[in-house]
Amino acid sequence: MSKAKQHEGVSSPTVGPLTMRGPGTTNVSLSVNGIARLVTIEPRVSLLDLLRERLELTGTKKGCDHGACGACTVHVDGRRVLSCLTLAITCEGREVSTVEGLTEYEELHPMQRAFITHDAFQCGFCTPGQLMSAIALLEEGHASTDAEIAEWMSGNLCRCAAYPNIRAAIRDVRHAIGGHGHAAD
Amino acid sequence: MRPISYARATDVFEAIATVLADPKSAYLAGGTTEIDLLRLDVVRPTALVDINDLPLDQIEDLDDGGLRIGALARMSDVAASPGVAERFPMIAQALLLGASPQLRHMASMGGNLLQRVRCSYFRDGVSPCNKRVPGTGCSALQGINRGHAVLGTSEHCIATHPSDVAVALVALDAVVHVEGPNGARAIAIGDFFLPPGETPRLEHPLEHGDLIVAIEVPSSPVARTSLYLKVRDRESYEFALASAAVALRVEGGVIADVRLALGGIATIPWRAHRAEQLLMGARAEQATFARAAREELADAVPRGLNAFKVELAQRTIVRALETVVALGGAI
Repeated sequence: MSKAKQHEGVSSPTVGPLTMRGPGTTNVSLSVNGIARLVTIEPRVSLLDLLRERLELTGTKKGCDHGACGACTVHVDGRRVLSCLTLAITCEGREVSTVEGLTEYEELHPMQRAFITHDAFQCGFCTPGQLMSAIALLEEGHASTDAEIAEWMSGNLCRCAAYPNIRAAIRDVRHAIGGHGHAAD
Repeated sequence: MRPISYARATDVFEAIATVLADPKSAYLAGGTTEIDLLRLDVVRPTALVDINDLPLDQIEDLDDGGLRIGALARMSDVAASPGVAERFPMIAQALLLGASPQLRHMASMGGNLLQRVRCSYFRDGVSPCNKRVPGTGCSALQGINRGHAVLGTSEHCIATHPSDVAVALVALDAVVHVEGPNGARAIAIGDFFLPPGETPRLEHPLEHGDLIVAIEVPSSPVARTSLYLKVRDRESYEFALASAAVALRVEGGVIADVRLALGGIATIPWRAHRAEQLLMGARAEQATFARAAREELADAVPRGLNAFKVELAQRTIVRALETVVALGGAI
């Protein structure tokens, strides 16, 4: 019944089991905001806890710790993901970007400036996640209308309900780079 | 979270051998359910084999019109694949109406099929739950069951299957390809999801060490005119209260081909066989749609707070059929 091609990368069915790491601490190397980091952690440590508790990068926030609120949004290899549902050890060899990496030479990122201009936050707790999501959204190219922005930002909750202002900030940066929000447009 | 050990596999058979070597181990793909349930102490593997580096992320448009989705293709990538949107719009729509952009970047297609139920009594880790601890009873029968299933239930479990894309895949007769200790095998998706019956703990026919490697969708010209309609409490980022995946072709006012499956109302992604039978060859009009919907829900067993789903599901079916006709299902 299968018309499937044999999947690539499959070797002989006789390979043995891999050596496990942990449950105690193990050395993990990853890149965070362009800086190589070597950390000694247990495999169960989430990327969120590694950032906040070990690397002192507390910009990324712990809201629900269940993958529901989006406050912990970071980029891994350029894609927005939830750091609470990501084990840090799975980021070995990958590039992690957080809100702390947005500033260049103490200059705020255009999205950060737009959030300030449009008063796109009140308490600010969700803001790092909103920023990381908003920047990824423009890369993904799903910001042509307010409705589209709302849909593609729905994974980031804001209990202060700054949504209209967040959309205005995203709209502004989209206009500045032109097109539907894709940086390459 | 309890302590766990970890390894990252780069070869399918290496991954399988590693999981097989330890009965308390599990595969780790996107982790969007697995890590959450580990932290909640609902699932208790002591070792995770990370399969994210396996070369199983391809999305291939097959020459015969079919589609082969690697098990590790991410929801977002499948939804964005031009061939999927063009030939199987209901698959792309179901994916984009599920979860959030962040979760869709993480979640794999194989993992989507294996995601666990959202029943709060299953997830709380302490309530009686036959799915989590067989024989303890089902707290949802008399509990907060507004989100629970009305079709495919038993006295032992009424948890709703949460996937959207699985509903589209069931409508299109997809095939789940599995590699495992007993070699490769292909499982028709209609046989993949097990209703709870007497054994709610068993959700699929996979055994320890079995690994989904791909999902294949056979060529289906009718799927070009298809739609996934999802009805929920919020406009976005919410599970379905009722949903319908519909593909339809109408010739001279008569239904020449139809696929229909339902989500949000059943313990498994629900293929609406009865409705399909009534619709085939019938006139494509509201009365036909309503009769088919009524017939499909005839055996529904509402339990208190979810009684509204019986009517909601019928309206969802009718609206989905009407919408797909308006979209151009009529020739």
